[in-house]
Amino acid sequence: MVKRIVVGAHYGLRDWLMQRVTAVVMLLATLVFAAFFLTHPSAQFEDWQWFFSYQAVRVLALLFFLSLYLHAWVGVRDILMDYIQPVGVRLTLQVATIVALVSYALWTVSILWRG
Amino acid sequence: MSTPSAVAKKRPKHLDLPKIRLPIPGVVSILHRISGTVMFLVLIPVLLRCLDSSLASQESFEDLRFQLGSWVAKLVVIGLSWAFIHHFLAGIRYLLLDLHIGIDLPTTRFWSKVVLVAGMLLTLLVAVAIW
Repeated sequence: MVKRIVVGAHYGLRDWLMQRVTAVVMLLATLVFAAFFLTHPSAQFEDWQWFFSYQAVRVLALLFFLSLYLHAWVGVRDILMDYIQPVGVRLTLQVATIVALVSYALWTVSILWRG
Repeated sequence: MSTPSAVAKKRPKHLDLPKIRLPIPGVVSILHRISGTVMFLVLIPVLLRCLDSSLASQESFEDLRFQLGSWVAKLVVIGLSWAFIHHFLAGIRYLLLDLHIGIDLPTTRFWSKVVLVAGMLLTLLVAVAIW
């Protein structure tokens, strides 16, 4: 009988699931936006603005981008944990990643709902 | 439980990168990481900048169209398209593997090749379309 000693911060399953859920959200949103580009190959400013005048489109775009930022966080953090061994450097890069992603999220909202 | 260090010492180490012959699924995997990193560093800020300009006003929309017309911009768009398409296709493959679809070795090798080749072909299609 092997008695397993489970160690760690127990965020593995949650992050694993988050990576998959955000991937599916982005996949579906990408299909909607690809459908616009394929049906409007020579879209002008008016067409583009008309498309984004729908609240549903803005919400879908926001969902896409928020999923992207959460997905990027899990992915970038995994890569930093694997390849950057000095703790100080890794922590600095992780903090920089968080600051960048939060800034991107604020920028996204200001683009989609500009005054 | 044996101590990890006693076991680790006996293992042969092949950390000489050119000597490591990565199997096809491994190639898809490392390219998934590389394309993801490229998109985090380049695609996200570029995409937001483009979305901003495209929606701000008629003038900024036309400015963006002009900027994207240069051959440097087109090369960047083609490179980022590859990163997106490869990551997208490889990601679908991982979602299917999670559902235990196609996990035997011949199948997983076959679909790894499909992902790798389809990513390049679709990128070529994008390149032809925008050039």
